[in-house]
Amino acid sequence: MGYHLCKALLKEGHEVLVLDKDATKCENFEDELGSVCVRGDGCEVATLAEAGASRAEVFIAATDGDEDNLVACQIAKYKFGVPRTIARVNDPKNEEIFRKLGIDCPISVTNLILEHIEEKIPSHPLIHLLTMGEEKMEIVEVKILDSSKSVGKSVKQLSLPVDSILALLIRNGLKPQVPTADTVLEANDRIVALTTTDSEETLKKKLVGS
Amino acid sequence: MKIIIMGCGRVGAQLASLLDADGHQITVIDIDAHSFRRLPPSFGGTALVGDGTDEEMLKKAGITEADAFVAVTQGDNRNVMAAQIAKNIFNVPRVICRIYDPLRKDVYEALGLEAVSPTTVFAQLLRDKLLNE
Repeated sequence: MGYHLCKALLKEGHEVLVLDKDATKCENFEDELGSVCVRGDGCEVATLAEAGASRAEVFIAATDGDEDNLVACQIAKYKFGVPRTIARVNDPKNEEIFRKLGIDCPISVTNLILEHIEEKIPSHPLIHLLTMGEEKMEIVEVKILDSSKSVGKSVKQLSLPVDSILALLIRNGLKPQVPTADTVLEANDRIVALTTTDSEETLKKKLVGS
Repeated sequence: MKIIIMGCGRVGAQLASLLDADGHQITVIDIDAHSFRRLPPSFGGTALVGDGTDEEMLKKAGITEADAFVAVTQGDNRNVMAAQIAKNIFNVPRVICRIYDPLRKDVYEALGLEAVSPTTVFAQLLRDKLLNE
């Protein structure tokens, strides 16, 4: 992952330095991309000092070990004052933990892939369009099914969670509209809603549950 | 006290057995069940197979009621991560972790984590032994 990330960032014109413990990998990096690699453990203060971490604007930890990514980012942030730390999260459960432990931007690879799969599988009744991690808010798209209990009911009859807002209704052949309390839902309606991580499950149940 | 020990290597097992003998309520977590062979037959605490950096596992080990958490696996980073979860997420009153790398230990101590570096302690001990004899 580090190789492709480095290549892409270099191409965008950034100054990039890669840290890797593996001598062979470092040689490959140098052969392919020039002098962009320092051999060493990115969790070690000495390596980060040698790499000039205190001058970095962004530090990215992208190994397959969550605990290593956490520690490398924390040392970059707290010891070297790097303003923005980004960590690859392998176990999705750690995304929230990393955030609580001060990582500016934990990225769960599994969740990213899952979001793409959800988008590609139209039968999935709830799709995450956007997650705003810090506020625990998210924008989702919900598709009303033939079997959904909400069909034929108005929005106010559904007693939706208070922290969820239906922002847009997309109905076949009609212009997108903003649903009101009196809007009656039909099968195959698509609704874009703003909700919270905690209420997502309830919202889904109320809208598509059978 | 109710104490959770993560890592059942030589140090973890020894600590568990000492504290158990003192009458404390001990739970030991290790990812490898084979490690529990190091616990003495008299050990009266609980041994759990699992990853101590996993929140669910820690809950299973009773972390919400724990008075203390000790992280002594072979991995510095694993110890650091588990200790921070215990301290900052589950608010365990006393958390201690082992960090072999002295510089890393300094960073985390500055961040408020109670840590011991066996490297520093043992080097000092050897020096004192050499110079005092």
